[in-house]
This record gives sequence, structure tokens and C-alpha cells, in this order.
Amino acid sequence: MMRKHLISRFFQTLVVLLGVSMVTFAILHLTGDPAALLLPLDATAEDIAKLRHEMGFDDPLIVQYGRFLKGALRGDFGLSFRHNEPALQLVLDRMPATLELTVAAMLISISVAVPVGILSSLKRNSLLDHAGMVFALLGQSMPVFWLGIMLILVFGVKLHLLPSFGKGGIEHLILPALTLGMFTMARIARLTRSGMLEILGLEYIRTAQAKGVPPRSVILRHALKNAAIPIITIIGLEMGTLLGGAVITETIFAWPGVGRLTIQAIYNRDFPVVQAAVFTLACIFVLINFVVDVLYTYLDPRVRYE
Amino acid sequence: MEVLEAVDKAYGDGHAASLERKAEFIKIVRSLFKSKAALAGLFILSAVIFSALLAPYLAPYDPTVQDINNRLKPPAWDPKGSWAHLLGTDHLGRDILSRLIYGSRISLIVGLSAVLVSGTLGILIGLLAGYYGKWLDDIFMRVVDIQLAFPFILLAIAVVAVLGPSLRNIIIVLGVTGWVVYARVIRAEVLSAREAEFIQAIHALGGGTLRILFRHLLPNVVSPGIVIATLEVARMIILESALSFLGLGVQPPTPTWGGMLSDGRQYIYNAWWLATFPGLAIMLTVLGINLLGDWIRDLLDPKLEI
Repeated sequence: MMRKHLISRFFQTLVVLLGVSMVTFAILHLTGDPAALLLPLDATAEDIAKLRHEMGFDDPLIVQYGRFLKGALRGDFGLSFRHNEPALQLVLDRMPATLELTVAAMLISISVAVPVGILSSLKRNSLLDHAGMVFALLGQSMPVFWLGIMLILVFGVKLHLLPSFGKGGIEHLILPALTLGMFTMARIARLTRSGMLEILGLEYIRTAQAKGVPPRSVILRHALKNAAIPIITIIGLEMGTLLGGAVITETIFAWPGVGRLTIQAIYNRDFPVVQAAVFTLACIFVLINFVVDVLYTYLDPRVRYE
Repeated sequence: MEVLEAVDKAYGDGHAASLERKAEFIKIVRSLFKSKAALAGLFILSAVIFSALLAPYLAPYDPTVQDINNRLKPPAWDPKGSWAHLLGTDHLGRDILSRLIYGSRISLIVGLSAVLVSGTLGILIGLLAGYYGKWLDDIFMRVVDIQLAFPFILLAIAVVAVLGPSLRNIIIVLGVTGWVVYARVIRAEVLSAREAEFIQAIHALGGGTLRILFRHLLPNVVSPGIVIATLEVARMIILESALSFLGLGVQPPTPTWGGMLSDGRQYIYNAWWLATFPGLAIMLTVLGINLLGDWIRDLLDPKLEI
């Protein structure tokens, strides 16, 4: 039963990946004439026609897509216009930096949000609860780029405590990771609280308490394990948000990651890099979702029978 | 109920129902006033809408007029500031308060329009996918997965970079990528409502599909739709400001909060007010909408997992 479910999910994932490749391919063809996009604005019609022929843009779309897909599967997205290196290589070089930032952000988020959420749910309607939830609401309302700039203002400019840009030791990581993780932190805190509240009200918790199970065990072993299911789902989804948010955070903090590379590539009209980056990030996200799905199947047996 | 029948007899048919509706309405308004959070949200939102509508009368200066002699003046409470410019001036001498007031227009226009487009699309698709089911549903859900695989920001930036930044293009991009949230929830609602007895009764009586869809299913999904729409306005406002921050939003000289943030970023070392106030404006607006949206959700559909 479980295997059948997993196999079907696997094939669905393949379909999604195929769709991802199609969308990535289509970006360049949105205006109908990729050759015009790739040349400076004062190019003559002849130049455009020449480039179109050279790059194979006058072949039927399906042929071009086939070429793109074959290349993508081999990891060949063409050469970057700016740097004259293979586009995918540029992306992969910067991936560790982005992953470092994303993982740090997720760790900070979870380590603050989950305890806050649990405490809030246990001391419902207390000052602690209200303060925590107000903070979470604010955290979900502030724009990522503003938070980053404000943190730089306070810790970099006024207090001279932490560096405001670049990658280096852990002091370089704190501000960007905090900026990136704030929204997720707020979201997870709220979800943990509501999830715990819902479960703590259920009967089997009262049964455990009546049985004399120590309170800490009730919270951790019984309540949290079930509240963990939506939390893990959210973590999977939030990885996508984080990968996207990294784009802006990296720009603000001049963090040398894939996000910054992609934005610069878009500004420079370096479309092979844009395609390579977008495709890679999307694939990573799809794979993370698949892993979360598999985990979910283990944690929530009800899913297997869908 | 006998009372209602008596009312109808005395005052004419339908009177009881309209009295009931009025009672419902009063109940809702009472619950609004009971919730301090919702009231705060309503207050903030009203202030923003007020600013947007009455901008020419509220703003002390023209937001695009430059005054290089007065550039980078601090806010009024700073010793070097003056009450002529309550929140100071920017690097071109433009009054920040006036720009903030006018900036609310873009945020609200984009927020509301994008939600209109994405909501209509999403609800329609959700209705169709949920009602017809089977392979139509499968296709739609794969498309959802594919779209969700891309970090939204990257997709938006890439598309706007290709199509060119303008108010219309931003609304299109946000609208076309935002339908997913609605579709998922509406589809789930339709799936459960579809099996309800009254739907099957209508079918048995020979009611056509279109009639079922629009007259019977649609009203049921309006509640979750409204909740999502409210919270989505907030998200759209943040996304618009992100695009403006990256230079891909509505172009200067039209003031946008995101654009002001981007300008202000270079001056945080000596003019902190350029970047701080626009961000506060965004955060407060989004906070107001979130507070109101939370109240609406608790009112209409507390089980909704947003």
C-alpha cells in the first residue's frame, strides 16, 4: 500500500520536473523573440536575424525545447554571456553559500519558533502568549528587505557590532540568516501554538494525564509528535520560501550565493545563467517536497490509504 | 419557529428573514468591536485607504518636486530637521511624508487588482477541478505543483525583466502567479461539498452543471475565498514592494514604498530616515490587513488552515 503510494508520488514528481523544464525554457520566449532580448537595444534587424539563425531560434519551438531538455539533462545550459563559463558551473559554485544561508535561517527559525510556540500554547492567554504572538504577527508582516536594512542599520552602522556584507566567519552569517528566517520563524511559531492547542484539547491527552504520565512526557512524546506533522510539512514548504527569500537577502548583504547571481544575471540579460539557476532551484525544491512527502507517509499512516 | 411565522403574518412575507439578516449583521459588528486586534487592523487599514484616496489633499508637497538645496533633511524632531518636512527629505529634496502618502496608492492598487485577477482565476480553476475531478483535476494539480516549484520572486523578476516593468505587467505577473492559493482551498471545499445531498438532489431534478456550479457551489466557497483574498492582499503588497525595491516595479518618478526603500538603502549611513519610514508603512499596512484577515477567518471559517 505504501509502496504504491510512493511510486505514484515519484511519477508525479517526474511530471512536475518536466513541467519545470518547460517553464524554464519558456521564459526566454515570452516576448516571442529571444534574439532581440540577447542583443543590445541598438542592434539592427540584420544582426537580430543573424543571431536568431546562429542560435537556432528559427527552428520550431518543439525542436528548440528538445534541444534545451537534452542539454539540461546533461547539465549543459550553455555558456554565460558575461563570464564565458558554463552556466551551470557558475550556479553550482555558489550553491553551497546559498545552502549555508538557507540552512542557518531554518535552524534559527525552528530553534526559536518551536519553543515559543509550545510555551505559548501551554500558558495560553498569558502575557507570554500575547507577547509571543504579537511578535510573530509583526514578523510575518515585515518585508524581508526592510528587516535586513534595519538590522544593518542597528547592528552595523549604529552599534558597529556585526559586519553588514560579505561572507566570512559566523559573525557574517548571523544578520542574513536572521533576516531570511524571520518570516518562517513567525509562521512556525503560530502554527506550533495552534497545533499544540488543538492536540492538547484532545481526549487522549487527558487520558495520558489521568494515567499519571509525567507532564513533560505528555507534552513531548504525545502532543508534540502529532503536532510535528503539520510542522514538518510547513518546513518543507518553507524551504521553498527560503530559497526564494534568499534572493533578496543575498542582494542586501552581498552574500555570494545563487540568488545574487541570478538577479545580477537578470539585470545583465545573461539568460543561460538565469535558466540554469531557476531550473536548479526549482528541482531542489521539488526534491525537498518529495522527501517531505515520504517522511509524511511514515509519520501519518492515514496518508497511505488515500 | 412560531415567532418568525407570526412576524411574517403581521408584516408580510419575507420580513422575518430580513430581520434575521439584520440581527446577523449586528452580531458581526459587535464581534468586530469586541476584538481589539481586529479594530486595530481596521483603523490602520482605514488610515491607509484614506491616504490613498485623498492623497492630493493630505500630502503637504508634490511628491515628485525636487529641491536639491533641501536634500537629506532629517525628520522634524531631530535638531537639524524642521517642521516644514515632518519626516525629512530624501536625496533629491523630495518630502518623505508626501511620498509615503502617494506611495500608498500604488500599493493598494496593485494589491487589490492582483487579488482580483488571481482570485477570479483561482476560484474558477478550483471550482472546475473540484467539480469535474478525475484527469482535469490531476492536470490542474500538477500545474499547481509546477508553479509552486519556482521561487516566486525569481519567476516574477524574470518575467518582468522580459516584459518590461510597468503597473500593468506587475498586476499581470502577480495575478497569474497568485491563483494557486485559491485553487487549492476552493478545490478542497468543492470536493467535500460535491457529495452533499442537495447537490445530488439538484442533479436528480435535472439541474444543469452550470447552474450547480454557480448558484449552489459558488456561494459555499465564497467564505474561504474571502479569507484567502484578504490575506493575499497583504502578500501582494509585500511582493509589489519587493519588485519595486529591485527596480522592477512601477518606475520613477511615481513614488512607491519599495522604490523609496531602495533609494534609502544607499544612505543608511547618514540618513536613516529614508529607508526606515517606507518600511514601517509597508509593515503597518500588512499588519493591519493580517489582523483584519485573521478576524474574518475566525468569523467565517475557523478550521481553515492558512
